[in-house]
Amino acid sequence: MTKPGQRRTLIVAALAVSAALPFVLTEYEATLASFTGIAAIAALGLVLLTGVSGQTSFGHATFVGLAAYTTAWMSRYGGWSPVAGLPAGLAIAGGTAFLLGLITSRISGHYLPLATIAWCASFFYLFGILPGLGGYNGFGEIPPLFPGISTGTAAALIGVILIAVTILAANLLTSRTGRAMRALAQSRIMAESVGIDTARLARSTFVLAALLAGLAGWLFAHVQRYVSPAPFGLSASIEYVFMVVIGGVSQLGGAIVGAAIVVLLRDQLNDLLPRLLGSSGNFETVAFSLAVIASLQYAPRGIAPAATSLWRSGNRLLNRPPPAKLGLPRDVSWPGLARPSTTTPPPTLERAAAHARSLPVRPKPPRGSLILQTTALEKRFGGLIAARSIDLAVHAGEIVALIGPNGAGKSTTFNLCSGALAPTAGSIRLLDQPIQGQGARAIARRGLARTFQHVKLLPEATVLDNIALGGHLRARAGFVRSMLRLDRTEEAALLQTACFQAGRVGLTDVLNAPAGTLPLGRQRLVEIARGLCLDPSIFLLDEPAAGLRLQEKQALAELLRALRDEGMAILLVEHDMDFVMDLADRIAVMDFGEKIADGPPGQIQDDPVVREAYLGGVA
Amino acid sequence: MDNAILLALLQDGLTTGAIYLLLAVGLLIAFSVTRAIFIPQGDLVSFAALTLASMIGRHIPGTIWLLDSLCAAALALSLARGRLNAVIPYGLAPAVLTIATLAATRYGAPTAVSAVLSLGIVTALGPLLYRFAYEPLGEASVLALLIVSMALHFVLIGIALYCFGAEGVSTPALTDASFDIGSVTVSGQSLFVGLVCLAMVGALRWFSVRTLYGKALRAAASDRLGARLIGVDHVLSGRTAFALASFAAAVSGLLIAPITPLSYDTGFEIGLKGFVAAVIGGLASYPLAAAGALIVGTIESFSGFWASEYRNIIVFSLLIPVLIWLSLTRGNPEDRA
Repeated sequence: MTKPGQRRTLIVAALAVSAALPFVLTEYEATLASFTGIAAIAALGLVLLTGVSGQTSFGHATFVGLAAYTTAWMSRYGGWSPVAGLPAGLAIAGGTAFLLGLITSRISGHYLPLATIAWCASFFYLFGILPGLGGYNGFGEIPPLFPGISTGTAAALIGVILIAVTILAANLLTSRTGRAMRALAQSRIMAESVGIDTARLARSTFVLAALLAGLAGWLFAHVQRYVSPAPFGLSASIEYVFMVVIGGVSQLGGAIVGAAIVVLLRDQLNDLLPRLLGSSGNFETVAFSLAVIASLQYAPRGIAPAATSLWRSGNRLLNRPPPAKLGLPRDVSWPGLARPSTTTPPPTLERAAAHARSLPVRPKPPRGSLILQTTALEKRFGGLIAARSIDLAVHAGEIVALIGPNGAGKSTTFNLCSGALAPTAGSIRLLDQPIQGQGARAIARRGLARTFQHVKLLPEATVLDNIALGGHLRARAGFVRSMLRLDRTEEAALLQTACFQAGRVGLTDVLNAPAGTLPLGRQRLVEIARGLCLDPSIFLLDEPAAGLRLQEKQALAELLRALRDEGMAILLVEHDMDFVMDLADRIAVMDFGEKIADGPPGQIQDDPVVREAYLGGVA
Repeated sequence: MDNAILLALLQDGLTTGAIYLLLAVGLLIAFSVTRAIFIPQGDLVSFAALTLASMIGRHIPGTIWLLDSLCAAALALSLARGRLNAVIPYGLAPAVLTIATLAATRYGAPTAVSAVLSLGIVTALGPLLYRFAYEPLGEASVLALLIVSMALHFVLIGIALYCFGAEGVSTPALTDASFDIGSVTVSGQSLFVGLVCLAMVGALRWFSVRTLYGKALRAAASDRLGARLIGVDHVLSGRTAFALASFAAAVSGLLIAPITPLSYDTGFEIGLKGFVAAVIGGLASYPLAAAGALIVGTIESFSGFWASEYRNIIVFSLLIPVLIWLSLTRGNPEDRA
C-alpha cells in the first residue's frame, strides 16, 4: 500500500523515464524495452485473473494472438489504419473471452487451467489452419503504429500505456470490485454469501484480462510487424504464467518485474547459452523453467514480494520503524463496545470520515414479526439424512440458539437457510417470501447474513477490507467506475460503515492488520462485523464464541443482546452451554438430524429427551 | 465410405487409443498419489523412442548422462544427510545401467536388448524428476504442482533437443506379420500394441491388489494423511507412482516409434491426449479413463480421415464439456460451506 503522495511521485517518475526512452536508448535497447512493456501489459491481465481472482489461465497468449491477428489482417489486407485495429482487436479478444467465459466460468478449482490448456492448443492450430492468415509461417509487412514512428518513440508510447493500465488496475484493486475479486479467489461460497455474483464476476475478470492481452497483441503486431501462431501458443501462454510466478502472482508490480526479467534474460541467454554449450537450442526456455521451479520451491510468492520482505527485514535491522502496521499491542480484553478506540484511525479512514455519505439502510421489520420460518425441512446426501422435518421460527428481536451433539445437523440446517445448500424437501420462508432453492446471493440480498463454522476470510487482506466486503450489496461501483476512481464517495461510505462495525465488535485496534494474522477467536469477530456490514434483518452465527476467551465471550454476548434490542433476529449454533443458556431467548435442540425440543432455556435444561441426547439417559 | 476403410480407421484408432490408455493410467496413478498432473510424461514418450533410435544408430544416448547427473546429485544430497544406503540406487544401479548402455551402443546389441535398456533409463528418470521438481514443494496446491509440470515440460524438451536434435525418428517394427480376419487386415504391430497394453494393465492390477507396495500406493491415493499415519512412506509412494508413470510413458514411446516418427517435441502432444483421456475419467476412474483413451484414439483416427487439419482441435475441444460436467457434479473440493 503506498500513500497518495508516494503514488504521485511514482507516476511522475515513471512518466519521466518513459519520455526519456527515445533519447537514451539505442535502437536495439528500445526494441527490447518495447517488448518488455508489451509483455508487462499482458502479464498485468494475468495478475488480475490469476493472482487476484484466482483463476489460473494457461491460455492467455490466445487473446494476445486474437487481437494481433485481427489488427494485422485489417491493416495489411483490409487497408485500415492500425488505429482502427485497436478497437477491432479488443472487440475480438474481449468477445471471444466473453463466449469462452460463458462456458468456462462454471469450471472451478484445477479444472479451469486444464480447460485453458485445451482451448489454447485449439486456437494455436486454428491460427495455423485458417485460410488467409499465412499458415504456420504467418505473414509480415504489417504497417507500424503510426507512419514513420521511431523505435524509441514506440517504446515511450508503450511505456505511457503501461503506466496508464497499471494505474487503472491499481485503482481497481483498492475498490469494491477489487475486494470482490479477491473474495472470488478465496472462497466462492463466502463470496456468494455476501451477495457477490461469482460466475458473473469471474466472467468479467476474464474479459478484462483478455482486453489487456488484446491491447498487448495490438501493440505486438505493429511493433513486431509480423505475426505467426508461435508467439500465441501454449508455450507463450506459459511464459506469461512464468512472468507472474517469477514476479509475484498477486502483485501488479510483479507483472512488470516478471516481464522485464523474462524478456531481458531471454535476450541475454539467447546469445550466451548457445555459446557456452556450443550448440543451438531453446536453452533460455530451459533456464526460465528451472528458474520457475526454483522460485516455486524457494519463493512461492514471487521475486518481487521476496525482495520486498528482504528489504523490510533489512529496514528493521537498521532500527527504522517497519512500514506495515502489523499487530499493535492489544489489551487482554477487547476494547469495550462504547469505549472510544485508543489508536488513531488510519489516514484512509480520516479521509473517508471527512466526506462520508452513509450507505442505504434497509427498512427493518417490526419487533416480534416472523422473519425466518422453516417447515418440514429435509436434506439428504445420498442415503444419509442430515436434516429431517425441521420446523424452526425466528422472530425480529429474538435470539434463537440451535444446539445438539456433533453431527446433529445444525450446520446443515444453517447451510439450507442461507442457501449454501439446496433442501431436498420442505420450505423456508424469509420475511414471508419462499426462499428454498434460491442461491446464497439472492438470500443475502433479502437481508440474511451469516458466519461460517470454519472461518472464511481473505487472510492477506486487511481486517477493514474483509469487513467492507460485507457491504458489497449496499454499494454499486463496478469495473469501470472503480478503475476511473468515480467510486470514491461510495467507497468512503463503505469504509466508514466497515470501520463502525469493526468498532462494534472491538477490532478498531487491528483495522490495518492482515486478517490472517489475528487469533482464531478474533477472526470470528471479523466475520461477525462483515455480516453486520450487510445490514441484515436476520443474522446466522455458526459457533461465534468458539476460540474466544471469557471476557471476549461476555463482550460478544453484550453485542448480540444490543443487536437483538435493535430488532435484529439472530439464529446461532453454539456448543458453549453457559453462553447459550445465558443469552438465548429460545433454544432448539437437534439430534440425528431431527429437532427434539424447542423452548426457553429453563425448559430445555429440564427436558428429559434433551438430557438423554446429551448425557445418554443417565438422568 | 466402405466397411474396409471404416474397419481400418477403427483399428488405427484403437491402436493409438491403447497407447493413450497406458499414458492415462500412468497419469492417474501419479495424480492420485501425489496430486501432481504429470504433463512431462509425454516428453518421456519421446525420450524413450529417441534413446532407442540413438542406440540403434550406434550413438550414445544423451539421456544416460542426464540420468547419471540426476543420480549423482541425489547421491550427493543423500550422503550429505548421512544416508549411506543411497549408494545402491543412486550409485551402483546407474553405473551398471551406464556401462550396459555404453556396451550395447558400442557393440550394437540386438534391438530387444537396447529397448530394455531404454525402458530402464526412462523409467528411472521419473522418480528422479519427482525427487527434484515436486518433492521440495511439499503440500503445495494442485495449481502450483501444475505450473511445475509445465516448467518441467519445457526443461525436458530443451534437453531432448540438445541431446537428440530436431530430427524425427522411427524405430524398426517389432514384427511385419499381418493377419487377415475376414475382410480386414490386422497388422502384427497393432496386435502387439494391444497385447502389451493388456499385459501392462493386468500387471498393474496385480501389483496394486496383490503386493504390499501396491496396497500402500492405493492407501496413499485414497487418503494421504491417513496412509502416512499408519506408516506408509509418502516419499517412497510418490516416487513409486512416478516410476510407474514414466514406465508407462517409456513403453508407449517404444510402441509408437515404429508406427509414427517421433521427435523431441511430439511426445508432448501424445501425452496431452493421454491427459484428455485421464480427464474424461475425472482424474479418478481407471475404467472411465481407459474408455476415454479408446474414444480419443478413435475420434482422432476418424477426424484425421475427414478433417485432417482439425484433428487436434477436435480432440482438445473434447476436454471442455467434460470439464464443465466435472465442475458441476464435483464442485470445488477446496471450498466447502
